[in-house]
Amino acid sequence: MYHAIVFLPLAGFLIAGLAGRFIGARASEVITTSGLFVSCALSWIAFFDVAFGDGATRVTVANWIISGDLAVDWAFRIDTLTAVMLIVVTTVSSLVHLYSIGYMHEDPSRPRFFAYLSLFTFAMLMLVTADNLVQMFFGWEGVGLASYLLIGFWYEKPSANAAAIKAFVVNRVGDFGFLLGIFLLFVLFGAVTFDGIFPRVAEFNEATFRFLGHEWHALTLACLLLFMGAMGKSAQFLLHTWLPDAMEGPTPVSALIHAATMVTAGVFMVARMSPVFEYAPTALSVVTVIGGITAFFAATVGLVQNDIKRVIAYSTCSQLGYMFVALGVGAYGAGVFHLFTHAFFKALLFLGAGSVIHAMHHEQDMRHMGGLRKHIPFTAAMMTIGTLALTGFPFTAGYFSKDAIIEAAYASHTPGANFAFIATVIAALFTSFYSWRLYFLTFEGKPRWAGHGHGHDDHGHGHGDHTPHESPLVMLIPLAVLAIGVVVAGFAFKEAFIGHDYDNFWKGALFTGANNHILHEMHEVPGWVVASPFVMMVLGFLIALWFYVLNPRMPAALAAQQPLLYRFLLNKWYFDELYDFLFVRPAMWLGRVFWKKGDGWLIDGFGPDGVSARVVDVTNRVVRLQTGYVFHYAFAMLVGVAALVTWYLIGGTH
Amino acid sequence: MFGLGLLSGLLILPLVGAAIILVVRGSEEAVRSNARSVALVTTLATFVLSLVAWGRFDTASAAFQLTEDHSWLTDSIRFRLGVDGFSMPFVLLTTFLMPFCILASWTSIEKRVKEYMVAFLVLETTMIGVFVAQDLVLFYLFFEAGLIPMFLIIGIWGGKRRIYASFKFFLYTLLGSVLMLIAIMAMYWDAGTTDIAALLKHQFAPAMQTWLWLAFFASFAVKMPMWPVHTWLPDAHVEAPTAGSVILAGILLKMGGYGFIRFSIPMFPEASAYFAPLVFALSVVAIIYTSLVALMQEDIKKLIAYSSVAHMGFVTMGIFTMTTQGIQGAMFQMVSHGLVSGALFLCVGVIYDRMHTREIAAYGGLVERMPRYAVLFMVFTMANVGLPGTSGFIGEFLSLAGAFQANTWVAVFATSGVIFSAAYALWLYRRVVFGKLEKENLKTIPDLNAREMVVLVPLMLLVIWYGVQPGAILDVFAAPTAELLKSTQAALATAKSVALTLH
Repeated sequence: MYHAIVFLPLAGFLIAGLAGRFIGARASEVITTSGLFVSCALSWIAFFDVAFGDGATRVTVANWIISGDLAVDWAFRIDTLTAVMLIVVTTVSSLVHLYSIGYMHEDPSRPRFFAYLSLFTFAMLMLVTADNLVQMFFGWEGVGLASYLLIGFWYEKPSANAAAIKAFVVNRVGDFGFLLGIFLLFVLFGAVTFDGIFPRVAEFNEATFRFLGHEWHALTLACLLLFMGAMGKSAQFLLHTWLPDAMEGPTPVSALIHAATMVTAGVFMVARMSPVFEYAPTALSVVTVIGGITAFFAATVGLVQNDIKRVIAYSTCSQLGYMFVALGVGAYGAGVFHLFTHAFFKALLFLGAGSVIHAMHHEQDMRHMGGLRKHIPFTAAMMTIGTLALTGFPFTAGYFSKDAIIEAAYASHTPGANFAFIATVIAALFTSFYSWRLYFLTFEGKPRWAGHGHGHDDHGHGHGDHTPHESPLVMLIPLAVLAIGVVVAGFAFKEAFIGHDYDNFWKGALFTGANNHILHEMHEVPGWVVASPFVMMVLGFLIALWFYVLNPRMPAALAAQQPLLYRFLLNKWYFDELYDFLFVRPAMWLGRVFWKKGDGWLIDGFGPDGVSARVVDVTNRVVRLQTGYVFHYAFAMLVGVAALVTWYLIGGTH
Repeated sequence: MFGLGLLSGLLILPLVGAAIILVVRGSEEAVRSNARSVALVTTLATFVLSLVAWGRFDTASAAFQLTEDHSWLTDSIRFRLGVDGFSMPFVLLTTFLMPFCILASWTSIEKRVKEYMVAFLVLETTMIGVFVAQDLVLFYLFFEAGLIPMFLIIGIWGGKRRIYASFKFFLYTLLGSVLMLIAIMAMYWDAGTTDIAALLKHQFAPAMQTWLWLAFFASFAVKMPMWPVHTWLPDAHVEAPTAGSVILAGILLKMGGYGFIRFSIPMFPEASAYFAPLVFALSVVAIIYTSLVALMQEDIKKLIAYSSVAHMGFVTMGIFTMTTQGIQGAMFQMVSHGLVSGALFLCVGVIYDRMHTREIAAYGGLVERMPRYAVLFMVFTMANVGLPGTSGFIGEFLSLAGAFQANTWVAVFATSGVIFSAAYALWLYRRVVFGKLEKENLKTIPDLNAREMVVLVPLMLLVIWYGVQPGAILDVFAAPTAELLKSTQAALATAKSVALTLH
């Protein structure tokens, strides 16, 4: 069964990718999508089997690398954590496949698109089923490749190509840490399999490791290095810059890869490595602080963005920060629970945004929208549900998981948790504000699109009329399914993920140390803490209502009043400019200097060119150049052999 | 047959083909097509013969196998042949790549086809000779003789600056090989034999090891090439015809790494341990420096050449970690790089044959017209980047894992190479393949033809297969690596105890 779950998407990729041109777009769509639905159905069976039964197992597929002590298999580790990820990945992926049939309807290279989607799903499934760090790295890089291919799907657009490369390279910065983390764990444990590492972690509690001239607490160092990988993949503060640009890809891609699944790989990794992280309190503090900063920082940027997809992208970044806060304070269950619920409501929001964009003929700027509720009521309703969940409206999915994180942050004793608590509460206010801002700008107010006075002919698709239209049924069904999930998931699984059924549900898949009582403590926080996210949500809603419905001139006035702050936020804290100045330009400058000065002037100038200039003077007079050196050289070699033989003969006479 | 074994057959077969090509007479066109066909059949037959040798090879043993011993120059300098786990894969790599080189030259070489094919077949003999020679003098002969056909290939069938390129090649290698020759004489003087198997058991005095190591290093470092003696490579690659580049990157560069593992480490273990930091430093500089240089290249071939230097940095680093993972990873990286860089140069050759330019700026948007090409080029680019699932990953990962055990500084700097390689490789791909197809002369460019598919598809399948199932190659290296580590550690331990008693 697990073979089928993982390899059906691979088969879909191969068929659509290799034979797509012969079997046609429709067949490619049907094959990949139906493969995914089968995989999804099996995943749900597996989930109930593992999480509520005793189906946890290990499946060996094949050998991979054996080199001395290093033995790596292709193998699936199936426990509750994997099962949760399986249903997240396959459910969202199959719905996105279905949705894409409608969304990409006009695109000429649909077989390629569906092949990439299936490739991504395969890689993601390899990642979450990995039974060792190297296979996880395989999936990790595989999703990176698929992400690169899909961001750059419209390869004619320079901006898409640039975004694709940026995504891959920034992720590689994280991978740099991930690889070193793997090496360190291998040196410590002599193994890279989870079964080889986890049972023995306690032995290394006091171990130190000399790294770059310093003595480090070995496990802390390993966790920090691994977390660097997580920061790249999950777009955490400092390595977040690729995620907003990744919105260049088609919207279903943003929903699947850059919201629901791939970007949560970092969260999954830390949760998977919880047996190690539990012995590295300093690393957990770092995770908490980085998570808190990201949650806050991304939310501030999200406040002022005008591109509908970028708002949601920053929102994703911010929500990933929440998840890391949960992991950092030791509430792994809450982190994974938020991952689980977030996958559904964020996919819903992205696909809803896609439906809006589809309706607006590929317009993404919210300043050119407005009043769409009357034209696309179903989409508007679905977006409302998604927004409610994101802002944490009571009894929606986000309410259970996000509030749990905030409570856990308050209850925790981890250094940095206080900061994380404040950051996440403020971020909750911002989240509510930008979410409702998005909703009001898009669906309420006066229409600001063409045909209503505000012409924007550059985005016209050759259509005569610009009246927005509701999307086809294949796009609306996934929205409806996700919306049901959003309403139900939090309520249904709350007890299992973070409540009384915690131990029965996880069965040790998430490890908590002897001193970790966060799960207990987070339920005993004061009432004002419990209420704070709700207050923030209402406050954010009211401000957004005032700014964008009751007094629409207010935002512009505020921006004019605070130009510095506004520009700072609009330009995303100037991270792109900073990195360009700090890394990109120096790298290119160095490359050029090494090439022209290092290779050209120094090495060649004083080496071969200098010498050859002298030699050419001589040989020019003797023979024609071309044959000159070859015979010369052959001659030199013969002389050499002759000299050797002579040497031997002389030596032989001794 | 005539008292000759399989390995002699591998050496003789290409020469027989060359002889046949030389005696063929007829109209000019007939001579050309005959030369091509004979060369292809010969290289294919050699490949099949090498597979037979492979079939008789026992991977579990670390000993030299399929050995032959014929009288040659003198009583002790003999024509000794044999293969072990370190050399067998390279023999196979050589015989495997040759038919592709002939196919890649099928239409792109128009002048002096006969001589071209002869040069390639002679080159094949010398390359196989390097890997099967079991006598130091014989090794040296093949090692150096191989340069002559390579010179001719660059110098006659090369690009505009071929004279400069072959000159540079000459100067660099001459320096190294003269020193190696002197070292060989000294070794003979000391050990009284040039039999490699015997020399492996001989212990050279520590002081002598230092000098011998340096002399061999001079030759192998140029061959690898290691920074800072790498500048001949970009020029040689740029000027060489496609097949020449494939052989250069695929096989000739590997002779340096093979030399380190065959001579430097086992014969001069103390000197190797002593100089390991030097090698690490040069390797790390190579990885970072040449990756940055590659980033700024404007010529496709030069970019790939610089990336080769960076990848060879992983090899030298891995070998001198003297760990199981490091050495196996380095050896694997060499085989993988042989396939990947060979394929990349073939990819460049494909578009060069069509447009006659290697300028990156002259391309863009090829995917529009050449979807099959785009797929193959993408796979090889990703293998070059070291994406897991391709052969490029295994070598890089293992050699870095080895480096981490030896020295964390080295590992950290070298691992940064994964960032740079992604940057230059993807940027190249974007500029050549992606983007809008705007240039007029590209609008009629045809996709890969059947011959080009036959050349590239098998390479792609192998690159992926060895990425998923590297065992086929890794296991071959396992036995000799274990043996090598055992003997070097024993030697180092003895040296240590000697040093202690002296104090």
